Amino acid sequence: MASIKEQFEIPGTLKTWSYALIGIGGAALLYGMFTKGFSSDEHEQVHFWGTLMYNTIFWTLVTNAAMFFLCFSTMAMAAWMQSFRRIAEAISTLVPIFGGITLMVLLYVVLSHNHHIYHWLDAEAVAKDPILKGKVGFLNPTFFVIWTTLTIALWSYFGYRMRQISLEADVAPMDAATAHKYNVRSMVRSGFFLVWFGLTVASTVPWLWLMSIDAHWYSTMYSWYTFASSFVAGMALIALWLIYMKNKGYMELSTSEHLHDVGKFMFAFSIFWTYLWFSQYMLIWYANIPEETIYFKNRVQGSYKPIFFLNLFINFLCPLIILMKRSAKRNFTLMAFMAVLILFGHWIDFYQMVMGSLMKEHVSLGWLDFGILTFFVGVMILMVARSLASKPLIAKYHPFLKESILHQV
Amino acid sequence: MAQKKFVVGCFDEEKVLFPAVKQVRTAGYKIKDVYTPFAVHGLDHALGLRETSLHTAGFIYGITGTTTAISAISWIFTKDWPLNIGGKPHFALPAWVPIIFELTVLFAAVGMVMTFCYLCQLAPGVKKHHFHKRATDDLFVMVIECTDKTNTDDLKALLVSNGAVETDVQVAEEGWWFGTYDKEDNLYNEKQIA
Repeated sequence: MASIKEQFEIPGTLKTWSYALIGIGGAALLYGMFTKGFSSDEHEQVHFWGTLMYNTIFWTLVTNAAMFFLCFSTMAMAAWMQSFRRIAEAISTLVPIFGGITLMVLLYVVLSHNHHIYHWLDAEAVAKDPILKGKVGFLNPTFFVIWTTLTIALWSYFGYRMRQISLEADVAPMDAATAHKYNVRSMVRSGFFLVWFGLTVASTVPWLWLMSIDAHWYSTMYSWYTFASSFVAGMALIALWLIYMKNKGYMELSTSEHLHDVGKFMFAFSIFWTYLWFSQYMLIWYANIPEETIYFKNRVQGSYKPIFFLNLFINFLCPLIILMKRSAKRNFTLMAFMAVLILFGHWIDFYQMVMGSLMKEHVSLGWLDFGILTFFVGVMILMVARSLASKPLIAKYHPFLKESILHQV
Repeated sequence: MAQKKFVVGCFDEEKVLFPAVKQVRTAGYKIKDVYTPFAVHGLDHALGLRETSLHTAGFIYGITGTTTAISAISWIFTKDWPLNIGGKPHFALPAWVPIIFELTVLFAAVGMVMTFCYLCQLAPGVKKHHFHKRATDDLFVMVIECTDKTNTDDLKALLVSNGAVETDVQVAEEGWWFGTYDKEDNLYNEKQIA
């Protein structure tokens, strides 16, 4: 173990780049906020808050997916990810930060009664509308605020508990009894997160935050679809950081064997995402009921058509064809390229999920979207690097570490 | 069918087996196969086996399935017997995707199983010589093919010096045959008697 670099030192270029990205993105964000967000024109308001919403929700769910990855691996007693678990942990430290931004944005939208984003906030319209009346027990501001706050607070808290127990593996070697106890405790803690994750990301939260933009419309696939989208992007982010750290000469214990398995996740969940994408589309296409097809009207036939099919191309065809081969999943350059492509593809996916409903007439993809994206990328890079530098890169006395080192695909 | 002479070395531990495989290979002997009770990670690399091309075959079978499904369904529903189903166009691609997917999986799965059986020479009634009964239980059995020049005593000594617990020279059928095992000895009963 002597030759292992346990401490990450943040390279100067990374700092410069992330500050530059935060600067540019922050300027775009603030400029957008004052010219559009607080303008008197409702379209401009919807444009800005919608854009901020899908960006912040996307990044919260993606960073949270890293913690989900850790928790289900712990639950399944998987050992192979131990050699790079600190990367997933570092990514998950962003949940409180991005979650906090999400919370502020959503609270602002709900408490300022912006019914151009959430139609169900308009009490008068709801009173006259039998469909919305039927949903009022779920779609009301009080429940929205409480559930959203609880969601983000508990994601952060359970994630924090998981990271704390991981630090215990740095202290001293464990004998068999201690190691067994440690595993059981880790599994219990991951269980709390997983149950809460199931109640939020896999069901209620996508309904509340995203699907309720089309308050009349619903799809039973929606939450799974959102989950798949954020999870595959989360795996891509882990792969990207793993490749970066390997490039800088850290993470000696993680090899192409580990990257291969991360690549399998990226490949498999791209297919899973497509499965849900298609199931949602085909059932609605086949039944052909107007109140359901309305969701796809402007996406398949209207102005969002290019983005809608670009989405399928990037998130299905590219991973299917490029990542299918074993050698591709073990190739660091190709995997880095695919990780960036998948992250971008699912960002586009979230874009069309939100903006396709808010601005049906024309595609607004422009400086504001990329500016806010730049801001979030900058914050992500800086905070993940800081978090990586703040603790050892290897949980060196973890009972499963040896199995991870020997991992072979 | 051809009978050949083999030297058989049995090992009872994985970590003894790996160096032994390396030693035997560097000494220039040709290892026919190593029979193990379970799949041993990295043994294929140690034996210098080439990567299997089963997955390439699987890909080709899958593509065949996709092509079959698309061409068959599109011909049936647009040329041979067009039906109006729920007012959908005759060329209704989304409705076909599940069938296309199923046929892709079916072709790939069945094709790969058949190819696997062919490569491993597995079929009902096909028999092969067993070098050691305990290979399916708890013994790692290394089988080395002899040539005219092989000195079996040297080879046995090499195996023993590398930790073999049991060595043996067998003249056996190298391929497969249809039929029954002539001298079937029942390991289970032998153990009970002992």
